[in-house]
Amino acid sequence: MTLLVVEDLHTHFISRDIDNRTRVAKALNGVSFSLDAGRILGIVGETGAGKSLTAQSVVGLLRPPAKVVAGSVKFEGRELTDMPQAELNKIRGAEIAMVVQNPRTSLDPLTRVGDQLVRLHQIHSRGSQADSRKRALEMMEAVGIPDPESRAKSWPHELSGGMAQRVLLAMSLMNAPKLLIADEPTTGLDVTVQAQILDLLRDLVARFNMATMIITHDLGVVAHFCDDIAVMFGGSIVETGPVAEVFAAPLHPYTRNLISATPERFQMGGAKALGGQPPDLFNLPPGCALQSRCAFATDTCRNPVPNIEVTPGHFALCHYAGKLDAEPAIEVRA
Amino acid sequence: MTAPVLNVRGLSKRFPVGGKRFVNAVNGVNLSIAPGETLGMVGESGSGKSTLGRVILRLTEPTEGSIEFNGHDITHIPIGKVRPLRRDMQMVFQDPWSALNPRMRIRDLIAEPIKLHMPLSRSERDDRTEALARRVNLSTSLLNRTPANLSGGQLQRVCIARAIATDPKLIVLDEPTSSLDLSVRAGILELLAEIRDETKAAMLFISHDLGTVRMISDRIAVLYLGEVVEQGRAEVLFESPAHPYTQALLSAHLPADPAIKVTRHVLEGEVPSPIALPSGCKFHTRCPVAIDRCRSDIPPTIEVPTGQQARCLRIPDGGNIIQRKEPA
Repeated sequence: MTLLVVEDLHTHFISRDIDNRTRVAKALNGVSFSLDAGRILGIVGETGAGKSLTAQSVVGLLRPPAKVVAGSVKFEGRELTDMPQAELNKIRGAEIAMVVQNPRTSLDPLTRVGDQLVRLHQIHSRGSQADSRKRALEMMEAVGIPDPESRAKSWPHELSGGMAQRVLLAMSLMNAPKLLIADEPTTGLDVTVQAQILDLLRDLVARFNMATMIITHDLGVVAHFCDDIAVMFGGSIVETGPVAEVFAAPLHPYTRNLISATPERFQMGGAKALGGQPPDLFNLPPGCALQSRCAFATDTCRNPVPNIEVTPGHFALCHYAGKLDAEPAIEVRA
Repeated sequence: MTAPVLNVRGLSKRFPVGGKRFVNAVNGVNLSIAPGETLGMVGESGSGKSTLGRVILRLTEPTEGSIEFNGHDITHIPIGKVRPLRRDMQMVFQDPWSALNPRMRIRDLIAEPIKLHMPLSRSERDDRTEALARRVNLSTSLLNRTPANLSGGQLQRVCIARAIATDPKLIVLDEPTSSLDLSVRAGILELLAEIRDETKAAMLFISHDLGTVRMISDRIAVLYLGEVVEQGRAEVLFESPAHPYTQALLSAHLPADPAIKVTRHVLEGEVPSPIALPSGCKFHTRCPVAIDRCRSDIPPTIEVPTGQQARCLRIPDGGNIIQRKEPA
């Protein structure tokens, strides 16, 4: 069942410069994707590509000057982009939960962690305090916190990074969400702890049949924990499809470049890595945002770019999707 | 075999934290690096990797042990005599934004070490600055800008240009690519490998990212609670890790390719506090193959048949290999 449908979402930062002229940074330019229950979607991209902004636009957490200027976000058929805040508040934290990157700053430093879990449950349910407390202990146990009774009495500063991330996960599960958005859930954690948290996350997704969006810059996390991948560049999803297929046969030059820059594929001295500046969001070129960095770019790339479905479910935003030869872009350039 | 550039014996660093307690950041580390060689240093946060890098350059004073640089013992020489040596030992830090003075021009930032260490005329210095910028693939049109105008990858190139400006014999790189995007990271690593091959500088490459370390290192040392638990040639360590911690660390690493299946040995718990170190083998609290003896006996460093050195009591009886769990 399709839970979340995002269509042609545009988010702009609208500000005024020193001469009072309007300046617009086009941060999201027509983002579309959908997410089914029980599926894990990994969103990857470089800094500034619009990964976190996509999540914030979906759940309506944008602050001025950022604004959704066009497009729609449908959650179980309900439109979220023009929903009043009061109504959104009933959905956020209950049906849609979010786990963010820095677990310690997301917890209230002046409240014991157990009380924070109870508080979140009380806001959204009519049950008694005792019921909420019982559920808090259950969820702490579900995320593998040893001795939840005594841990519930801890203060946030007493928790290690891994433990704080478990508390946040427990908190996100308190109201049995249908959609879980995890923004860099393991960045900053050690690899052995990251492995624990990701294993846990995958078990929880299967157990509670949640639709899950993981935002990350770590392709390893996507390769081993996600069903589908969406690659973002310059505020657009440039390629999306099943993980195994995208890694085996990337279509978009940017994806090819990204995958060939991973330690597993990268050949030292074999080819020149393609870096380059991220596109200027105030002044995007007509057509493809990658054209100045792309080895395959032609005059055609200045025209509006089609989103081509090359194999079922595997799309790329490129005039030449499916028509490029099998060699990765960086070798052509070298 | 040429003489090593760096030879470290029994190096320890303890930071006092009041009440006769100490953070045992580095505990009895032995290592050496030959010219043109890269030693990768991996470990989780709190394993003492960064402290070790700083102590080696005498940016932090060691508590015990000796540091021999270029054939001279530099452990106890006065800091005034260390400074001229810094011409030959340089460092690149993790965060290029905070490593560079935001009010200086890129040109002056790169010229700074030349000014300090090399008796060159002004025009020679300018020539060298521009040559360095070109060497690190930085457009010379950026030389009159300030750091705020450059991207993270460009700034890290500036830091590398500064580090190689005086032709050092040793470069310590503390997580030089962790703050950079993937596509930029590959370019920086390639640049470092080229520079190493051209200048025959020895490199100590500190990182928590095993994929990155594997790309650039000849040898790898694995650090756990300030101790080198395993050390050996990179390919040997990745193919047949002997220490249970190395095995777990490697299995927790996720290769960015879904076609590579990983066998996971997920470790329980987290790294113990370096203030109250565990007795015996420091890894026994999380080790899946620990036996009673591991709680009391400190494991010696032994040579493993595959060629690397490791500290584990279970290597002689073959019990050091974590058995693969069948996926449920």
